[in-house]
Amino acid sequence: MSLLKYESQLREPLVDGDKNYHQVTEDIIGPIEVKPGMLWWIGFSLAVCLLLFGVYSVYREVTYGIGQWNLNHTIGWGWDITNFVWWIGIGHAGTLISAILLLFRQGWRTGVNRAAEAMTIFAVICAGQFPIFHMGRVWVGFYVMPYPNSRGPLWPNFNSALLWDVFAVSTYFTVSLLFWYSGLLPDLATVRDRAKTKFRKMFYGLASFGWTGSTKHWQRHESLSLVLAGLATPLVLSVHTIVSFDFATSVVPGWHTTIFPPYFVAGAIFSGFAMVQSLLIITRKVLHLEDYITVGHIEAMNKVIVLTGSIVGCAYLTELFIAWYGQNEYEWWAFRQNRVNLFSPYGWAYYGMMFCNVVSPQIFWSKKLRRNVTFTFFMSVLINVGMWFERFVIIVTSVYRDFLPSSWSTYYSPSIWEVGFYLGTFGLFFTCYFLFAKYFPVIALAEIKAILKTSGENYKQKMTATEKLDAEKFYIEEVEHAH
Amino acid sequence: MDVRHKSPFRVLGMRKKFVVGCFDDEKVLFPAIKNVRRAGYKIHDVYTPFPIHGLDHAMGLRETSLHTAGFIFGITGTSIAVGGMGWIFTSDWPLNFGGKPHFSLPAFIPITFELTVLLSAVGMVMTFCWLCKMMPGVKKHHFHLRATDDLMVMVIECTAKTNEAEVQSFLQNNGAMEINVQEAEDGWWFGRYDKEQKLYQTEEVGY
Repeated sequence: MSLLKYESQLREPLVDGDKNYHQVTEDIIGPIEVKPGMLWWIGFSLAVCLLLFGVYSVYREVTYGIGQWNLNHTIGWGWDITNFVWWIGIGHAGTLISAILLLFRQGWRTGVNRAAEAMTIFAVICAGQFPIFHMGRVWVGFYVMPYPNSRGPLWPNFNSALLWDVFAVSTYFTVSLLFWYSGLLPDLATVRDRAKTKFRKMFYGLASFGWTGSTKHWQRHESLSLVLAGLATPLVLSVHTIVSFDFATSVVPGWHTTIFPPYFVAGAIFSGFAMVQSLLIITRKVLHLEDYITVGHIEAMNKVIVLTGSIVGCAYLTELFIAWYGQNEYEWWAFRQNRVNLFSPYGWAYYGMMFCNVVSPQIFWSKKLRRNVTFTFFMSVLINVGMWFERFVIIVTSVYRDFLPSSWSTYYSPSIWEVGFYLGTFGLFFTCYFLFAKYFPVIALAEIKAILKTSGENYKQKMTATEKLDAEKFYIEEVEHAH
Repeated sequence: MDVRHKSPFRVLGMRKKFVVGCFDDEKVLFPAIKNVRRAGYKIHDVYTPFPIHGLDHAMGLRETSLHTAGFIFGITGTSIAVGGMGWIFTSDWPLNFGGKPHFSLPAFIPITFELTVLLSAVGMVMTFCWLCKMMPGVKKHHFHLRATDDLMVMVIECTAKTNEAEVQSFLQNNGAMEINVQEAEDGWWFGRYDKEQKLYQTEEVGY
């Protein structure tokens, strides 16, 4: 909630149009109270089809083994781990928006946090599929959990970065889910109290846990959100750090670098924000939420994109410089021959990555383009393609030429079932997102109401008028904390 | 006689009489709370659609100590992680990883951190639900359906001595826009929102 009663007129309003509390409820809950339209059904069906294709691809892999994916003894990690890192990176924006921006008291987070958090959860679910099915014998996947067992007891290796990852990703998923759902409770109660049909009353009644809006409950809720934000802030930084340890703690040239943790975290935020942009630009258009997800919100996220994109670019160059400066011939070879050399088998991936992630986001230094919605959408897709290339470059170009030059002739390209698995996670992601957008409030209703009187366009205009009329009266009425 | 003991729905609370006043502006609500408290009426609760800064202080509620619970759960997570990994690698099943020490604290840091955060977050949310008596299937009396939409609903509890008409006019003078008297259960019970559940045979209660 906003601590200030007064917000500078220099700040853009966060809610456009002439709104009051009830209007906010109408605008946000309205779309989920009507039957889904044709567009929704088309999108949802496409997503389900992709998901089913993914399920079949996974069935092939489980039945016939990892060989279905064209992985071989040199390239043990291909598209699967690339996709894992890509999805988990995307899953970073939601918690960053809801946790770090909450601690920084950034008012604009209220318009985008709900959808971004939902996206985080779905992205982490998608990410989790890859390491699980990469295990091959997925039915013994529970061996990674440390519990007293009849196999010795045989414990997992707590010194292994891969096990740290199990803990990091599952903790991240759980905490993000709790954060998201605890924030949803009051809004689900709003939907429940407006429900007309028997089923909706029952469903939202169960889902809202009997929330009433009691002041004491709000006080606890605020405390909970703040502490969860405090916990989630180091958590969000730790998750991609630990994912980067999967590579950085190994001895493979191209992976064995200390710059990985900060570089991965910046990349994760970069790609996460790009995905939030892609989704929200469509969501605001389809659900007519332009007053809540304003061009100002989009610009704010583009600023984060240009910042993190520059950090990522800087990291690429630093990594390259250190590979040369470090004078380790294997490391330098991995960079000079496997990546920078355009005519090497995967040179195209390195330059694709450089163009999409380093060169293209620099265009957002232009305010005009930052505020251009169509252009932002195009850029957000480009950035996510670029970030996929980054993970592909890191993983495949480091392992395809290993210490045994006789294996070098192997050129890895994925099989249809490996691509199918990736497409399947898109299906899973969009199936979840379509359901979320149709049955849950996509904007944090209570949080928008809490900032409405300081950041709403109509209230800001009124305040400016009072300020011009009588500065002293304005101070007493609007700025001073009367209570 | 009420049927609460025979009801399949557990009831934790009492049936009481309340005067309910609705406000549509925080600026009116704050002075009203001040005046109601000064006049000596007992505010049962104020239901609001969003968190209003300073309302808890205005009502004289004490600070929540939920964060303390979070700290205790967090410390528990830290202890379980360090203790568990330490015990497993030094005593239960010591393994030699390239001659490195069995109790290698730096390598334990990531999992220790994750478990601290995990237990703290899960524990806090569970404590929150416990304190607020919230879980799927819990039902409570709602004094006004618009309390989750756009109204701030002040509920004043009546005692045997309370003159309801007086409280109603008092609220009206303080800017309440919709005022009524309700007899309701102040606790919670297991129930469904799509069903009207009569917890009492009202005709026999007799106030």
